[in-house]
Amino acid sequence: MLLKRLTETNGISGNEKAVRNLIIEEIKDYVDDIKVDKIGNVIAYKKGSIESPRVMVAAHMDEVGLIVSKIEKSGLIRFMPVGGLDKRVLVSKPVVIGEDKIPGVIGAKPIHLQKGPERSKALSYQQLYIDIGASSEEQAKSNVKIGDYIAFDSKYVEFGKDLVKAKALDDRVGCSMLIDLLKSETNISIYGVFTVMEEVGLVGAGPAAFEIDPDIGIVLEGTTCSDVPDVDNHLTATKLGAGPAVSLMDRTTIFNKKLRNTIVNLAEENDIPYQFRRTTFGGNDSGKIHLAKEGAITATLSVPCRYIHSPISVMNKNDYKNTGKLLKLLIAEIEKGGLM
Amino acid sequence: MEAKEFLKKLCDGVGVSGYEETIRGPIIEEFKDLTNEIETDRLGNIIAVKHGENNKKNIKIMLAAHMDEIGLMVKDIDDDGFIRFTTVGGFDPRTLLAQEVMIHGTESIFGVIGAKPPHLTSPGEREKAIKIEDLTIDVGFTKEEIEKIVQIGDVITLNRQLIDLQGSMVSGKALDDRAGVVTMCECAKELAKLKHEADVYFVSTVQEEVGVRGATTSTYKINPDIGIAIDVGFGATPELPSEHSIEMSKGAGIAIGGNIHPTLREKLTDVAKEYNIDFQYEISPGPTGTDARAMQITRSGIPTLLLSLPLRYMHTSVETIDMKDIKTSAQMLARFIASITNENLEGLLCY
Repeated sequence: MLLKRLTETNGISGNEKAVRNLIIEEIKDYVDDIKVDKIGNVIAYKKGSIESPRVMVAAHMDEVGLIVSKIEKSGLIRFMPVGGLDKRVLVSKPVVIGEDKIPGVIGAKPIHLQKGPERSKALSYQQLYIDIGASSEEQAKSNVKIGDYIAFDSKYVEFGKDLVKAKALDDRVGCSMLIDLLKSETNISIYGVFTVMEEVGLVGAGPAAFEIDPDIGIVLEGTTCSDVPDVDNHLTATKLGAGPAVSLMDRTTIFNKKLRNTIVNLAEENDIPYQFRRTTFGGNDSGKIHLAKEGAITATLSVPCRYIHSPISVMNKNDYKNTGKLLKLLIAEIEKGGLM
Repeated sequence: MEAKEFLKKLCDGVGVSGYEETIRGPIIEEFKDLTNEIETDRLGNIIAVKHGENNKKNIKIMLAAHMDEIGLMVKDIDDDGFIRFTTVGGFDPRTLLAQEVMIHGTESIFGVIGAKPPHLTSPGEREKAIKIEDLTIDVGFTKEEIEKIVQIGDVITLNRQLIDLQGSMVSGKALDDRAGVVTMCECAKELAKLKHEADVYFVSTVQEEVGVRGATTSTYKINPDIGIAIDVGFGATPELPSEHSIEMSKGAGIAIGGNIHPTLREKLTDVAKEYNIDFQYEISPGPTGTDARAMQITRSGIPTLLLSLPLRYMHTSVETIDMKDIKTSAQMLARFIASITNENLEGLLCY
């Protein structure tokens, strides 16, 4: 399954190569042109049969993770976060380091030896390290080097009723839906862009949008979902299983109202459940795309993900399917014209 | 079965304190061919006996390693199907966030442990340790659906498979103290190559993590001349004071302190030195937190020893151990057992 392969491939921001290769391999027979630009974005062009506005559909390839910052004399490995991570999710987890995927674990001081006040604080990066089982700096350095990227070791698991647990659902769900779109029949031309380094500041999207100069930008995302205990309803942002999340506004974009209403009407006409993304928290590649050159109108369609940016992010398969469906309806709608 | 294979089978398996029946099968299977008798007592301890030769005075040496692991237990299922839980044994709640679990109801189902997302907590809150009561398990079912499978009181284990690290190091859950059970098993294999007079009782104990309970009843039943607990000790890491830890890969820690019989301990170190087997000392004044504590005060008192396998990150799901330490500990135990005779035992026990 494509989403399984995508989430089990590692691509920490700045090191998207493995994901990029997988995507290129997957789409190369379905598009008219693929290029990897100077900063690593994949720009695929699928030529249509009819005239249309320039449409750019984007999903980011990168995921949050860690990077090796120091190898201690003891053979233990120190690290720094890459992207927005809650440091509290790190302890007691397995990871893999570098291209050779050297296994390691993030340990913790045994509870038996902790003093009272220690127990009440979250562990800081200074207290955390990775153990690969090396007993010396030399042994560790024969397997791992400074600057190696570190990913969570977390498998794709289907569980409960229609749920999936995986790492990097943000934004391999977007990549997967975009691949699916590029494989399908469309009448209009599409630029499918798989961006780099979204998680460290929307880095890849700007240069890609400059190159393409789109009229319409559609960003596919995995987005925050806080419908868990101890969270008031109005703070949940999205709900799992309630359909694609349509963005209104976030820290980087006020989304185009006409485009958004088109999406909502399509969902209603086709009996596809949808919800608004009810938070202004966060931002995505749209922030760069809608401001490129003379500007573009943009929309974001997202699959809600609980426990996002952790090794155990969770989505609902129906949300994923419905987001893909809504995307294709939107592309067909753009074909009819009248949006610009 | 090869030691690592057996360890993997045990650690990937399930056996929370008080609910060890699920881990019993593979242990019995393994000891069956290495011992003469095997039984399970009322509390669930597995007692496997290997008879000695010319055991005129019927001397008995009991080895104990606990087969239970720390775990969680279902406390409540809320209206949205999220599960609240309590701990069975000593967990650091901080190590539970974002873990995968298996809930053992009428079937074992997968879940993940979540909490209120970080962006909805205040910066101050994010610097604090997460509490058990703030954590919930997400199983992806509605309350009605989940109640058909899970009920209050069901036990939960962390979902973790043994990982191969560099060299002979491995990492996983429940190495405390399934590594001890594997050490006993390796000891039985070693003993098959040696002559020993004492009857050896290999006891896989229950409920150590909640108060050394299985060792209490099994020691009473066996009434051994010598009791030896095999458990795990704090493996050295940078944040641990060296006096509270033992080095990885340098052999078992032989405990010294009130819980330990002094002359027997000297005999043990003599044997280790004689056969060039690596060991180190572990200082534990007073009663240790192991089965040795229960053994020592059983009936009218039992001379007791404790071997500690160096283990890092105790009571997390990434406990780490060196297979080499298991092997050398097993050799030391076997050589020690073979050195105890009907003739010399009484002298060795003299203060």
